[in-house]
Amino acid sequence: MALGLLFCASTEAARISDLQETDVWEQVFRFFSMRDEVVRTALLGSVFLGISCGLLGSFIVVRKLSLFGDTLSHAVLPGVAVGYLVAGEKDPFAIFVGATVAGVLGTVMVNLVKKTTHIKEDSSLGMVLAGFYGVGIVLMNRIQKLPTGTQSGVDKFLFGQAAALSATEVWMIGGVAVAAVVMVLLFYRQFLVGSFDLGFARSLGLPAGVFNFLLMMLLAFTVVVSLQAVGAVLVSAMLVIPAASAYLLTDRMNRMLILASVFGVLSGVLGAFFSFLGNSLPTGPLMVLAASTVFTLSFLFSPKHGLVSRWRKRRSGQKRIENENTLKAIYHVRESKGFAGEGVNVKDLASRLNETMEETFRRLQKLKATGVCDVKEIEGRTFAFLNPDGWLRACAVVRNHRLWELYLTNQAEYEPDHVHDDAEVIEHVLGEETVRRLERLLDYPAEDPHGKLIPSLADLQRSLTQGNQGEKATGYRMPNQ
Amino acid sequence: MSIWSQLIPEFSFEQVFVEPWTDFLDPFIWIFLMGFFVTAACGFLGTFIVWRRMALVGDAISHSVLPGLVIAFLVSQSRDTLPMFLGAVGAGVLTTGLIEVIHQKSRIKTDAALGIVFTTLFAIGVVLVSIYGENVDLDTDCVLYGEIEHVTLEPLSSVFGLFEAPGSVLRMGVVSLLVVGLVILFYRPLVVSSFDPGLARSMGMNPAVVHHALMSLLAIVVVSSFEAVGAVLVIAMLIFPGTTASLLSDRLPVILGITLVIALLGSLLGMHFALWLDISTAGAISTVIFGMFLLAWALAPRRGLLWRAFR
Repeated sequence: MALGLLFCASTEAARISDLQETDVWEQVFRFFSMRDEVVRTALLGSVFLGISCGLLGSFIVVRKLSLFGDTLSHAVLPGVAVGYLVAGEKDPFAIFVGATVAGVLGTVMVNLVKKTTHIKEDSSLGMVLAGFYGVGIVLMNRIQKLPTGTQSGVDKFLFGQAAALSATEVWMIGGVAVAAVVMVLLFYRQFLVGSFDLGFARSLGLPAGVFNFLLMMLLAFTVVVSLQAVGAVLVSAMLVIPAASAYLLTDRMNRMLILASVFGVLSGVLGAFFSFLGNSLPTGPLMVLAASTVFTLSFLFSPKHGLVSRWRKRRSGQKRIENENTLKAIYHVRESKGFAGEGVNVKDLASRLNETMEETFRRLQKLKATGVCDVKEIEGRTFAFLNPDGWLRACAVVRNHRLWELYLTNQAEYEPDHVHDDAEVIEHVLGEETVRRLERLLDYPAEDPHGKLIPSLADLQRSLTQGNQGEKATGYRMPNQ
Repeated sequence: MSIWSQLIPEFSFEQVFVEPWTDFLDPFIWIFLMGFFVTAACGFLGTFIVWRRMALVGDAISHSVLPGLVIAFLVSQSRDTLPMFLGAVGAGVLTTGLIEVIHQKSRIKTDAALGIVFTTLFAIGVVLVSIYGENVDLDTDCVLYGEIEHVTLEPLSSVFGLFEAPGSVLRMGVVSLLVVGLVILFYRPLVVSSFDPGLARSMGMNPAVVHHALMSLLAIVVVSSFEAVGAVLVIAMLIFPGTTASLLSDRLPVILGITLVIALLGSLLGMHFALWLDISTAGAISTVIFGMFLLAWALAPRRGLLWRAFR
């Protein structure tokens, strides 16, 4: 489904170029040479917008306030209307002031509702969003009925058109972007602590409320100046989507801020570019689609948190566990024969694993692929042989299992017949360090709760170096026998 | 200053309050009924939606309906109700599905997932509209503000020969009856699973089924209301009645009753308000119910700001 979005965005691009095949390169050249005033303004606006949306969006995404931008962008509508009414014309500065006042009022109301009633945060966000917007629509309706109201251009506030940006508006977007960058650089620590641990921020004596308010003000400014370029609904997209993409790619806040701004700028430029190519296509939605494409890519392919890489990691983990279980079964079979003989009869192994011969053969093939085992036919019977590495690994898994069982019975006071399932899981994940600590804690035990021997780490290594003198690990006996 | 004097037109009691119920009963009764049905259905269902912290899912659905409508139109080449409805409900269900996928398969939290999904779908919708603009004939004003007034232009269709009403009013009436009926019928599972999913599970109910059923019902209600009130104001209808009522009472049956009263008062006052100021009825209704919330917030017994200040 996520691929669908990607597909949509790319077919979109294809369509636009099809439409104007003849002069598409010329168009591209015109765009990148930035000869046109319109292109320069739109591009500059998009870049500034990408920076401030990426920076501030990162903070609201990690604060789980992603829909705050959505709320603000709708709640400023009555402010836009009043700004228009006060100035008597479409004056960017009056509209900016009006919208900021409405944005601040909205912020105050969200917090006040949360503080004084039992109403949850999401509902209070929705209330300010829809309530203010409704009032805004009533005012807009009246403005359109005024003799001067028809050219108010308020519909731009809903869909946005970067190409229609005036120079003043671009300077305002730029001003806000600079303010956002400066504030984030100056108060990075304060914003960071306030975002993740409010209690800690207070204990440090930081006025968390002040910085919170500062952040909200910056956010309100960004939303207000972005409205003209991308429209009300899509401002929140520019805040959330680049930041969420960055959130999937890194665990560090400073890198997230940088990545989110880069993605914001990238989406802005791509949006402006495709909008320019497609002539009548609105800029805002194209910016958002570019941002969503970036998000889809990092959702799927982020090295650490991506869907595909996590799936592959899980697959290889499952493979390792399966191989370790095979090794363990081989150990068990050899143990039941008193470690006599080199190889393990595959038939014994199959009955030990409760599997058919075919299943066991498939298992052994997988183990063989990792290079620790060999399968040979001797006198009509098939045997599996482990090389020293494989034997070491098998002993280690069994040791992990038995140590853990002993730990649970001795230290955690489990019943001996309750510990097996737990140990089955943990045997695959115990590290060397933990094993050493367990051995020390249990005073280097020789037997597990069921009376079976525990192969100890030191013995294993010693015997293996001895066994490596020339031949295979044939003569290798359990050291503590 | 002249701009301000022109802002509020002259008030005539006769024209605003009397004529809709006498000379012009025919158009205005349908506007009123449509407003009432929308507000009642949204408010009734919204009470549960708000509780379950899904208030903004309604917002998401109402925006992603747009591409659903456009694609349904492009596929079916008609503006018939059925394909439009299917496209919109499909888009709504897709929205909730995508939100869940992103939330479950990555570290993105639900709120961000919501913000990503609905804005992307909305953007796709806007791009589709601007590419196929000439053929789609989708009124962007309608998407944003809704046009309750359009019901007056519809031909009347008769119901079993008993009475006549515009088709969309009938449809909305059926949807609100469906909502009220389903909520009453499944009252217990709905309440228990909203407050205590663990208890619901131990009582043999399946909270996941309740969740998906509620989501589907939400999609149907939002989509049916969409035409009348537009993408954004649906949220007002979903959130305000329930939250206002919950400031006034603690008992769920009473709260549900109050939401219906709010719907009635809101659509009635909204209609007159819109008539007086010559504005969109949907905007007027949401402003009125917003005002009702503010009143309840300030003056409600025990919970209100005033009461708390003087306690």
